[in-house]
Amino acid sequence: MLETPLSAAALIPALAFATTPATDAPEFKGPSILDFFPPAIFFEGNEFFEMNRIMLLRLVIVALIFILFWLGTRKMQLVPGRFQGTIEMGLEFVRKSIVEDLLGQKDGKRFLPLITTIFFLVLFMNLTGIVPGINISANSVIGMPLVLAVAAYIAFIWAGLRKHPWAFLRNALFPPGVPPFLYIIVTPIEFVSMFVLRPVTLTLRLLMNMIVGHLLLVLFFSATAFFMVELGGWWIAASAVTLAFGTAFTFFEILVSVLQAYVFALLTTVYIQLALADEH
Amino acid sequence: MLAELIIAAEETPNPLLPAWYDIVYSLIPFILVLLLFWRVVLPRMQKTLDERAALIEGGIEKAESAQAEAKAALEQYNALLAEGRAEAAKIREQARTEGNAILAELKEAAQVEAARVTATAQQQIEAERQAALVALRAEVGSLALDLASGVIGESLADDKRATALVDRFLADLENDTASSKKAAK
Repeated sequence: MLETPLSAAALIPALAFATTPATDAPEFKGPSILDFFPPAIFFEGNEFFEMNRIMLLRLVIVALIFILFWLGTRKMQLVPGRFQGTIEMGLEFVRKSIVEDLLGQKDGKRFLPLITTIFFLVLFMNLTGIVPGINISANSVIGMPLVLAVAAYIAFIWAGLRKHPWAFLRNALFPPGVPPFLYIIVTPIEFVSMFVLRPVTLTLRLLMNMIVGHLLLVLFFSATAFFMVELGGWWIAASAVTLAFGTAFTFFEILVSVLQAYVFALLTTVYIQLALADEH
Repeated sequence: MLAELIIAAEETPNPLLPAWYDIVYSLIPFILVLLLFWRVVLPRMQKTLDERAALIEGGIEKAESAQAEAKAALEQYNALLAEGRAEAAKIREQARTEGNAILAELKEAAQVEAARVTATAQQQIEAERQAALVALRAEVGSLALDLASGVIGESLADDKRATALVDRFLADLENDTASSKKAAK
């Protein structure tokens, strides 16, 4: 998935080239990084509270999560109906398949709120990328992935330091079973991997997946519109191809959205588990 | 990839550098949703799960008690059946004993009756024998006297001595028969 921006970026000049020979032909306008920095709606110019449509979208998603989960758990029935059953299924999936599976019941209970939050926040914010009329993931601007990654980072370091500060640091920086002289190489690698790369990869994996997903979909659909409306004639055949690809990638984006939410939650849990482990 | 983005960033904002407002509008959703799950949704969920577990446990308990009840009923039934069987055996035994007693009683009664019949018969025989004996004695006496008077040519019919002789003779005869009877026995 991380490789796709290259091909996407490569396609844009190719298409531009294809249209240049006809001098008065309309110019193809592909997706741009500016899509992620739309104009402000409220508090324009305010460094901390300037709100554009993506920031607004985040608040809408929060409202949606509140409505869904508040209503879904308001009158809990012992024999759940469809709506409550769906909400319960989601919550139980995180609890059983991710948290308790890796951390066990006791530790799992402590970290369940954080990991549930991460899972559903990432999931809902990813899925807006394929919602018609919104068409952009709320996670495609770095703030959200970064905040979640920092939360995960604080959680696993706090978990390790609180349980056994020395064993945690020793396991992390001086992994047992490695010959002592190799610590010269291993310890810096482990340090960078644990305290730098983990949050960075968590952030970038999610951010890039969402950015690329958006760029791909915009590329396919704007190309379709371009072929069909601006060029017409035989180009309509090409528009069928790009439309098919766009549709296929829309479904693919659903998969990516769910998968990224799962991966983010799972990796956070794994990091906490490693921090709590007595031996690696 | 990064190069592409960095090139793009020269004229546009760098997507890898978060703006302050971006952080603010990420922190607010995160904190709100965390509080929602932490303070509201997950406790509710936990409560429901506990209640459900309690209900299931209650159901299991109920089933167990029902099973125990059924077991008790079965045991009671078996006990009753055994009791009934024992009673029947007892009654049968009693009937058999009673039957045997009745049979013995009847046997005894029959024996008594038979004995009585025998005794009566013997008494009758004895009486008849006595009668015959008495008759015979009188007859034999006169016959013998007739015979003897015939032999000696004179009538001894009224003679007291002759009567005494005959009586003695008969007594001897009787004694002989009695002793011979005893010997035969």
